Amino acid sequence: MTQLRQIIATVIATLREIFDETAYSRFLARHAAISSPKAYAAFLREQQMLKARRPKCC
Amino acid sequence: MTKSPQILAWSAVSLLGALAVGTIALHRGEQINAMWLVVAAVCSYTVGYRFYSKFVSAKVLAVDALRATPAERLDDGRDFVPTNKWVVFGHHFAAIAGPGPLVGPVLAAQFGYLPGTLYILAGAVFGGCVQDFVILLFSVRRDGKSLTEMAREEIGRVGGFVAYVAVISIIVILLGAGALIVVNALKSSPWGVFTIAMTIPIALLMGLYLRRLRPGKVLEVSFLGFILVMLAIWGGQWVSQNLAIAPWFTLTASTLAVVIIIYGFAASALPVWLLLAPRDYLSTFVKLGTIGLLALGIIALRPTLHMPPLTRFVDGTGPIFAGKIFPFAFITIACGAISGFHSLISSGTTPKLIRREPETRMVGYGAMMAESMVAVMATIAACVLQPGTYFAINSPAGVVGQSPDAAAATITGWGFPVTAAGMQALAQAVGEQTLFNRTGGAPAFAVGMAHIFSSSLGGQAVMAIWYHFAIMFEALFILTVLDAGTRVGRFMVQDALGHIWKPLGRTSWYPSILATSALIVAAWGSFLWQGVKDPLGGINSLWPLFGICNQLLATVALCVATTIIVKMGKARYSAVTLVPLVWLVSVTFTASWQKMFDPNPRIGFLAHARLLASSAVRSHEISRQIFNDRLDAVVTGVLVCLVALILLESVFLWMRVLSGSMQARIRESPFVPTRFAPEEQG
Repeated sequence: MTQLRQIIATVIATLREIFDETAYSRFLARHAAISSPKAYAAFLREQQMLKARRPKCC
Repeated sequence: MTKSPQILAWSAVSLLGALAVGTIALHRGEQINAMWLVVAAVCSYTVGYRFYSKFVSAKVLAVDALRATPAERLDDGRDFVPTNKWVVFGHHFAAIAGPGPLVGPVLAAQFGYLPGTLYILAGAVFGGCVQDFVILLFSVRRDGKSLTEMAREEIGRVGGFVAYVAVISIIVILLGAGALIVVNALKSSPWGVFTIAMTIPIALLMGLYLRRLRPGKVLEVSFLGFILVMLAIWGGQWVSQNLAIAPWFTLTASTLAVVIIIYGFAASALPVWLLLAPRDYLSTFVKLGTIGLLALGIIALRPTLHMPPLTRFVDGTGPIFAGKIFPFAFITIACGAISGFHSLISSGTTPKLIRREPETRMVGYGAMMAESMVAVMATIAACVLQPGTYFAINSPAGVVGQSPDAAAATITGWGFPVTAAGMQALAQAVGEQTLFNRTGGAPAFAVGMAHIFSSSLGGQAVMAIWYHFAIMFEALFILTVLDAGTRVGRFMVQDALGHIWKPLGRTSWYPSILATSALIVAAWGSFLWQGVKDPLGGINSLWPLFGICNQLLATVALCVATTIIVKMGKARYSAVTLVPLVWLVSVTFTASWQKMFDPNPRIGFLAHARLLASSAVRSHEISRQIFNDRLDAVVTGVLVCLVALILLESVFLWMRVLSGSMQARIRESPFVPTRFAPEEQG
């Protein structure tokens, strides 16, 4: 049961990482901010330069 | 587990794999089950991972569990973040898995299922996986430096320059080829066009929802987007059957090309949060779900392969693309076996997330194995179709004939029976007007996938839904690569132009954004236009050109890897990268030579230009095609010369190091012991 819980937790963590939810949490922690449209806009601005430079593969 | 059962278990896996590969390779005259391909792949990858990657890790790279990675040393909570290995695996796989491993194997199936399958297995285990793993580890040891930077530092200035040119060329040609695949999949398909068109307002809605209503809840909004896309697929059926609305969405190839070019420009110039990011999330959601579903479908159905192991087209007269099995089967497979593009990801975001050096093996080698498995599934999807159906869908009208009856007669004459009535019934079953001449690989893959899905779930009644789900999946997938790729290309052009005039390099200056977006869109748009106007089916020229660029980039990556291995004093193990390098050089240089100078106009660009020039009719369209052929020949020639330069520079460097006339100095960052607890090390 513990192993199953660990697997589910890893799958969710993977999805959260792929979908940038974890990146947003880290952003909030780094800036000691709470989630809001303003904070998310700032996060997206920061991500824009990084994300848009990532090549996506063939 | 003690030693003896372990040896027994691995011997059993190896024997099963050998049996499966033997069955695939030696069966003649009788159809085989697709599960043989799945078993061969799983066993090959398992044995390759357990033994070969471990050998590379321990003997060649001397992976150090005690050495701190850049994610640990430079942790900034933004770019450099020590991350769980499974999470990095997911991140890396999501970045490397594009449409290439789906389309390449489908096109290469014109030679039969055997060449593609064997190359996917061997190419991945000994080439692609090794390249991804080695470049990832070398980047981790150099603070996450990019391939271009590593080439400049370890080989020389030419190396850095060639890597830059190869990267931008491959991006442009990939985008042109990808856009052409979307055009061929959506032309005269109101259902497909409606569904894909609906993803734009859905993405805009997702962008606004994320920005205003539920900031940061990406998983939640992606799930919502997925439901809306499913509704759009369902609504597409109604649209295609509505005589008043269907014509609005029934577009010609030329119109679709213009629409996609405008879309690419908009996606590059608009704020990223509005369109690009939500579509990216939606695409990833659909991608991961569909690949998983396809794997389950194949295992549940265990379909029979109707394609023979080898077709008559191994002699180079194939209708889908001309050229012999060597080198063109290996150029066409591309990302399923080895992809130069992956080296950009392995030296991009991934090395900055790796928590410990040993994890590079699972992420680098393992994720490429998963990508290769996707290519095996694509081969299965193409080969479960009746060969006549497969060739009817994929052959251009210029080769098989303009009318359904003419095409059916030509294909039946090759020994692959198909009838115009049968193809019409299939088109009706999937909700299309016709399936003849739907080149590019995507429609054939969609029909194969719909066949597998509908046989496992829902029966023939839902074949059309599954087909359009597959088309939507591929088009969404490629459009995401297209919009993100255009933006990446724009930044690269801005970086280069910034050296000439500083304001052009500013990514927030709108005149520069518009000018460089237009430049990059014009570059791939011209390849797209050329493909749409080519009567022999532009994918015929464009996909091999893309394959050549991609494999040339892999040549650059393997040059960098071999150079570092030699400089590390491990020349005796350099065969792990040198053998795939020699193979790639022979494949890419032969293919490039043939694409430029082969006297057959279906293969050689210049021969095709000469043929057009000698025709009595000389319209503007023909003049343009002659120009395009010559341009393709020049692009290929320039790329080959540049890669030959980096190869020569590397070989001279190896000789100087090995003869002792030069002291090898590698540019690794200094050793710092890891802080991670011993129990986390394994």
